Amino acid sequence: MNVVVVGTSHRLAPVGVREKIALDLGAAAELARRLADGGEAVCLSTCNRTELYLAHPDPDEAEQRAGAALAEGEIELYRLRGEAAALHLFRVAAGLDSLVPGEGEILGQVRAAYESGTCGPVLDRLFRQALHAGKKVRTETAISESPSSISSAAAALAQQVFGDLEGCRVLLVGAGEVSELAARSLVKRGASISAVTSRTQNRADELAVPRDVDPAVAELDGCYLYDIDDLQAVVSESLSGRWREAARAETIVAQEAERFRQWQASLDVVPAIASLRRRAESIRAGELAKAEGRLGGLSESERRTVESVTTQIVNKLLHVPIVRLKEAAATEGAGYVETARDLFGLGEEERATQDRKQGQ
Amino acid sequence: MAELLFWPALIAYGEAAVAYAGDARHPGSLGRLATWGVRIGWLVQTALLVVQASRADGFPWDTWAGSLNLFVWLVVGAYLIWGCKPRYRLLGLVVMPLAALLLAISYAAGGAAATGHSGYSTIFLIVHVGLVLAGFAGLTLASALAALYLWEERLLKRHSPRVLKFRAPSLATLDRLVGRTVAVALPLLTLGMAAGFARLRGKSDLDPLIGLTVLAWSVYGAFLVLRYGVGWRGRRAAYTALIGFVLVIALHLGLPTSHFA
Repeated sequence: MNVVVVGTSHRLAPVGVREKIALDLGAAAELARRLADGGEAVCLSTCNRTELYLAHPDPDEAEQRAGAALAEGEIELYRLRGEAAALHLFRVAAGLDSLVPGEGEILGQVRAAYESGTCGPVLDRLFRQALHAGKKVRTETAISESPSSISSAAAALAQQVFGDLEGCRVLLVGAGEVSELAARSLVKRGASISAVTSRTQNRADELAVPRDVDPAVAELDGCYLYDIDDLQAVVSESLSGRWREAARAETIVAQEAERFRQWQASLDVVPAIASLRRRAESIRAGELAKAEGRLGGLSESERRTVESVTTQIVNKLLHVPIVRLKEAAATEGAGYVETARDLFGLGEEERATQDRKQGQ
Repeated sequence: MAELLFWPALIAYGEAAVAYAGDARHPGSLGRLATWGVRIGWLVQTALLVVQASRADGFPWDTWAGSLNLFVWLVVGAYLIWGCKPRYRLLGLVVMPLAALLLAISYAAGGAAATGHSGYSTIFLIVHVGLVLAGFAGLTLASALAALYLWEERLLKRHSPRVLKFRAPSLATLDRLVGRTVAVALPLLTLGMAAGFARLRGKSDLDPLIGLTVLAWSVYGAFLVLRYGVGWRGRRAAYTALIGFVLVIALHLGLPTSHFA
C-alpha cells in the first residue's frame, strides 16, 4: 500500500481558490468514502487547506483519482508520496505548515478528518501517529504557548499579573471588535465579563488610537498599561519565539515520520516471513511423513514429543532470520527481503502453481 | 570521604546555576538539566552531611562553616519543593548560584570536615541551630521569590515584549508565596532564637550576631504585620523581604566567628 496526498493550501492558493474546493465534514467524509473504493481515503478540509490522503496499491491511479476529485487543471495542486506524504501530514498536525506555527485548531481538524475518513490499517496508523506527533510537539516544545494575536496577548498579560483568571470578574472598557476578541480570550482563560462600558454612546475601544487612557496611569503602583503598540510588540516577540520552537518541533516530527517509515517497511516483510514459516512447516511435516514407517511403533505420547521437538527446532532455526528480516526491512528496505526470498526459495512453489494453472 | 562528596555536590549546584541561566535565555531541555543538577547535588550533599554526622562526636555543625553547609542544604531542600515545577525554574536562577557560592565558602572555611566535640549539648544545638537555620533557609527562599517578583514586575512595567517568554509564575502567585514563606519561616526562627535565649538565662554575653538576628527578626515581623495587617502587597512587600534578606546574608558572612567562639 502506498500513501499518497494530493491537495492545496494557503502556501499555493489564495483564499478565492481554496474556498472553491473547501468541504464541510459531511462532504469530506462522503468524498473519502467515494475515493476509497475498497482502499483507504481521508479528506482534510480546513480554511487553509484541502487535502486528500489515499492508501492504494497503485500510487499513480490514486493520484489521478484524487486530482480529478479536486478539479485538477483548474487549481494548482501538490502531490506527495510515501515518506514525504507521511512527513507532510505530521507537519500539518504539529501546526508547522500553518500560517501561525503551532496553532492549536489544526490538531482537532486532523482528528475530525481521521474520524470521518475511510481508514484501513495504513491510514489508521498514519493518522494516529500524526495526532501523537502533534500532541508531542505541543507538549515538548513551547510552540503553542505564547499568544499569536493582540487580544490573546492582552489576556495572557492579565494572567501574568493576576495568575489564574478562574473566577475573576472583568470590567471591559470599550465595545469594539478588539474588545470582543479580548473578552473571548479572557473567558477562555476562566474569567467572567461582569460589565462592558463605553466612553461614548458610539462603540469605543480601549486599544484605540488616539489612546483612551492617560499614559500616566502606567506610573501608578500595581497598574500595568499596555497600548496597541506594546501588545503588537509582545505578539511579534511571541511569533518569533514560535518560529524558534518550530526548529525543535521539526526534529520531533522527523523522528515520528521515521518511525512510520519503519513500520511501513516492516509490512513489506510480513508476506516473506509467512512464506518462510509455511515452507519450513511443510518441510518438517513432509519429513515426518516420510519417516512414518520407522515411527510406527511410537506411542501417542512419544509421537507428540517428536512433533513438539521438531517444531521447536524449526522455530529456533527461524527465529534469528525472522528478527534480522524485520530489522533489515526497516533499515535497508525491500532489497534485503528480495535477497531473503531468493536465498530461501520463497514463493517458488506459488509461482510454479500459477505457471501450471496458466499452462492448463 | 567528605571531600569526595563535597566536590560532586558543588559541581552539581554549579551546573544547575549555569543551566538555569541558559534556560532563561532558551527555555527547554536546559531547565530539566538544571533541575536534575539540583536533585543530584542535594542528594550528594545529604550524603555529605550524613558522613559528617556519623564521624562527629555530637552535633557536627556547631561551627560557622559547618552551619553554613547545613544552611545551604536547607535552602536547596526548601527550593526543591517548588523548583521541580517548570514555572518555578526561574527561582533557581537566584537560589542556585547563591547555594553554590555559600557551599564553596563553607568548604574553604572547613565546613565540610568532621568536627570535634562541642561544648554544647546535642539537643540544644539541634533545636537552636537547626531551627534558626531552617528559618533562615525559608527567609532566603522568600527573598528569592521577592527578587523574582521585582524582576518580573519591572519587565511588565517596562512593557518588555519578552515578558511572556520566560513562563514565570504570575505576580499574584509570587506575592502570595513570599507572604506564606515568611509566615512559615519566621516561627521557626522565633523558636530557634527562643531556645538560644533560654540557654543564656539572663547572662550578658550577647554578641553582635544575636543583635543582628533580632534586627532581622524584627524586619520580617514587621513584614508580616504590614502585609497581613495593613495590606501591603506587591513591590513594597517584596522590597521589605529583600531588606530582611540583606540582614540574613550579613548574619552568615559578616560576623562569622564571634557567635561560635
